[in-house]
Amino acid sequence: MTQYAFYFDGTRCTGCKTCEFACRDYNDLQVGTTYRRVYEYEQGETVRDNAGCFTTSCVNYSVSVACNHCTDPACTKVCPTGAMHKDPDTGLVSVDTNKCIGCGYCHMACPYNAPKVDREKGHSVKCDGCKDRVLAGEDPVCVEACPARALAFGTREDLMKKYPDAQMADIAPLPEAKYTSPNLLIKPSADAKPAGTIDGIVANPLEVQ
Amino acid sequence: MSETNLSRRSFLKTTGTLGALAVAGGTAAATESLFGEGVPQAHAEAEEKITFGHCAINCPGRCFLKFHVKDDEVVWVDTNTSKDADVDTPQARACLRGRSYRRWLQSPDRINYPMKRVGKRGEGKFERITWDEAIDTIADKLKYTINTYGNDAVYIDYATGSSATTARCFNRLLAQAGGYLNFYNSYSTAQIACITPYMYGTKQAGGSSLKTADDADLILMFGTSPTETRQGGLTTHYDYVQLRAKTKGKIYVIDPRFNDSLTGHSDEWLPINPGTDAALVAGIAHELIKNNQTDLDFLHTYCVGFDEESMPETYKGKNMSYSDYVMGLSSDKTEKTPEWAAKITGIPADKIRSLTQEIASAKALHVDQGWGPQRRSNGEWTSWAIMLLPCLVGMIGLPGTSNGTREDRYSISLTNLPSPANPVKASIPCFLFTDAIDHGKQMTKLKDGVKNVDQLSNDIKFMVNYAGNCMTNQHGNVNKSHEILADESKCEFILGVDTVLCDSMKYCDILLPDMFRFEQVSIVNTGSDTAYIVGGQPCTSVKYERKTGYEMCALIADKLGIKDTFTEGLTQEEWIKKLYNADAAKDSKLPSYDELMEMGIYTREHAGKVAMNKFRADPVANALDTPTGKIEIFSEKLLKYTKGWEVASDEELAPIPKYIPEWYGVETTTDEYPLVLTGFHYRGRTHSSWGFIDILKEINPQEVWINPTDADARGIKQGDHVRVKNDFGTIDILAKVTARIVPGVVGISQGAWFNNSKGDGVDYGGCINTLTTQRPSALAKGNPQHTNICEITKA
Repeated sequence: MTQYAFYFDGTRCTGCKTCEFACRDYNDLQVGTTYRRVYEYEQGETVRDNAGCFTTSCVNYSVSVACNHCTDPACTKVCPTGAMHKDPDTGLVSVDTNKCIGCGYCHMACPYNAPKVDREKGHSVKCDGCKDRVLAGEDPVCVEACPARALAFGTREDLMKKYPDAQMADIAPLPEAKYTSPNLLIKPSADAKPAGTIDGIVANPLEVQ
Repeated sequence: MSETNLSRRSFLKTTGTLGALAVAGGTAAATESLFGEGVPQAHAEAEEKITFGHCAINCPGRCFLKFHVKDDEVVWVDTNTSKDADVDTPQARACLRGRSYRRWLQSPDRINYPMKRVGKRGEGKFERITWDEAIDTIADKLKYTINTYGNDAVYIDYATGSSATTARCFNRLLAQAGGYLNFYNSYSTAQIACITPYMYGTKQAGGSSLKTADDADLILMFGTSPTETRQGGLTTHYDYVQLRAKTKGKIYVIDPRFNDSLTGHSDEWLPINPGTDAALVAGIAHELIKNNQTDLDFLHTYCVGFDEESMPETYKGKNMSYSDYVMGLSSDKTEKTPEWAAKITGIPADKIRSLTQEIASAKALHVDQGWGPQRRSNGEWTSWAIMLLPCLVGMIGLPGTSNGTREDRYSISLTNLPSPANPVKASIPCFLFTDAIDHGKQMTKLKDGVKNVDQLSNDIKFMVNYAGNCMTNQHGNVNKSHEILADESKCEFILGVDTVLCDSMKYCDILLPDMFRFEQVSIVNTGSDTAYIVGGQPCTSVKYERKTGYEMCALIADKLGIKDTFTEGLTQEEWIKKLYNADAAKDSKLPSYDELMEMGIYTREHAGKVAMNKFRADPVANALDTPTGKIEIFSEKLLKYTKGWEVASDEELAPIPKYIPEWYGVETTTDEYPLVLTGFHYRGRTHSSWGFIDILKEINPQEVWINPTDADARGIKQGDHVRVKNDFGTIDILAKVTARIVPGVVGISQGAWFNNSKGDGVDYGGCINTLTTQRPSALAKGNPQHTNICEITKA
């Protein structure tokens, strides 16, 4: 089976959120709904000593995350109607809106906060990997949008070959990859901390709700 | 270098067929049973077409935009992109703002008709009028102003919301109508643009291309965030990420704020107190001089004023050199040791010493500065000092170096709509336009930097605000601007032209409904490491009663009896074509007009420029256009030019790049206002543009950055509503509690929309200019909008 995956280069991402806004324009998402988020992870401090001089241990980096089209998705397991499903040909996870009852279990189960129930539409919504574009030979809109060229998309196999430095998504503030086997390869920046690190914070909580 | 034609037009892409089925009221199977198999469904949904256009806001990304249009409405906005482009393929990709254009283009807040003001100035009450009434009123007011006061009572306010080859149509119109009061400076670069010619002259002063820092082993980025300030297109966002991936050089970003260009590269941050860069340079200079590590051959051959030996004859023996200032021999008798600098800059003396050793041992030092350090009360001297740093070690004009100015922008030359010479010669610093409204006739050369006349002979009585928000929101001290503009006896008439009712537009007497550059034929040029030109066609038909700026000017010209003079019988499109064809005739590599419109974007790479390499190679044959032909570390010209100027007791017109404390800075906080407040550019807006777009506001909240030390002392937590206050006003804003800003300093992104609608005197929009001053910097008479002090309390 082909399994598509995202690649994220933490050494190139500048946290600009163009990926998120290209997606929101393409999918016409209004306030309150986004399929991609950019987390700003921070730890350390910047202090001033008695002489008025600064020292800093501040570490801050961005992680752009959409649906990771997991190999072992939590959302499909809890879906009571089979609406949330993993496509056998592409490995992409999406919602069959004709089956979805909007119960919100997928939203609660996903450790990446990917699916969300759109109450006006009455069903779950999420990143579908731009499957129509992918089938037409294009990349997802977010990937082609990145001004810093920090994103890529392809089969998991190809991406692993193309980006040998990348590892499975196992950096904070993401959950450890062992839970759902996300198809997100990350080239971490020097700043990146392991998933599960508890010393830091999501420094932009208002931007990732 | 290569030239690439990246985009091909793909017209008339037919999309899905579900629309017709829905109309037929059944499933595909039902349709087939009703009509039989194979019924053509080509009319199921409107055809989608693609048009090209460009962003025109002052970023300067001028990004390539690819509009997907259905039923004469834009359905989504793509950009210069392709699946197979690798990271090294330059593409002018739009940023998050460009990707959100549809929300602005189709906003219910668009101005659709000419309007006249029916409430008080600033209230925002307007009523629809006809184009005839609008144009009659404007032409009558202009004629009245010229007849009553003179052409120098007419003014076009500083504005940067529309960039294209025909964007300066009001300048052409008003020059042809007898002239208007000029301005000089910009809100972006007043201080550095003023001081650079004193030091480097004008012709060879530009910085190196960012990409040339690939060859550097030490890169110092002073007060700059290339990924934020120039976010889209082929500008410094892409260039800086490329540089960082390729260079072997060690990078330091010297900034009070851990800006977004540091994200993921935390070890590059060197935190400093704002407005103190000149003290850091003096501390470094002291260490270099003490250790005999300056490049004296360079300083004596290529520069004047470093030490006694290189001072101009008239000034020898007076302890006026930079070296004497640093070593405690000048009038202040203070040695500028690393310990002295540490107290001011907040950088530990040991760190200044180790940095000095890195500088002294660098084989190729690349010094670059943004425009943040100069937008200050001491900005002329701060930016000058940063430019001095590479000179101290002779790191000028050699591979990998830059000269401490901002990085070069490579661009393809295009000709703009011509304006005749302005018959009015008087010119004011753009930042002083409110003074020129309030008491223009009192403004003089010696006190206010008025140029070409000793004193203004008129106040501003008629003003045009075309695609700008510098009347209030982006000017200093919004509350004071309100008082001056609201008084209709002062500026008697204000014309506003824009797409939406930003705060400045609320003060206008007539509003005209503008069109985006991608709603009309348009061409623009820009670039940074790579140059490009975008040519575009209207994305839709003209909606409502909107018109282009050119059409508006032609209508006004007609009423003034100068229509033929203004248009020369040409439409805007014909002008654009004529201007471009003349440019293409001079530059044989350019595509033809039709080819450009077919391609949408034309890109040209180049190898990169090393600043002042010709001067370095031969300083006699390639002398600078300074008075001495050399780099002037001491400027006799500045002393002479400012002779007789009136200066306040807390400012100084120093002829060397010394550290001068800010009026509202780290050394001048008060018990009432103990925090320093600095501004920065934000990813969610270009200045104030896009400042009302809901989804951008949602994900790019307006926050004051505050260190946990300062937040804890005030009981403030992440996400709290807080009040930021000083003598100029009060804003309500959210707190971002973060180690990304130094203690004692708070940061607010500039450009949020002023909002005092609750009537309690508080700005709930969080506009930093509610807290900034209208007092200009001493020499440039520029906007010191990063020089502020304040106090913060929990709301």
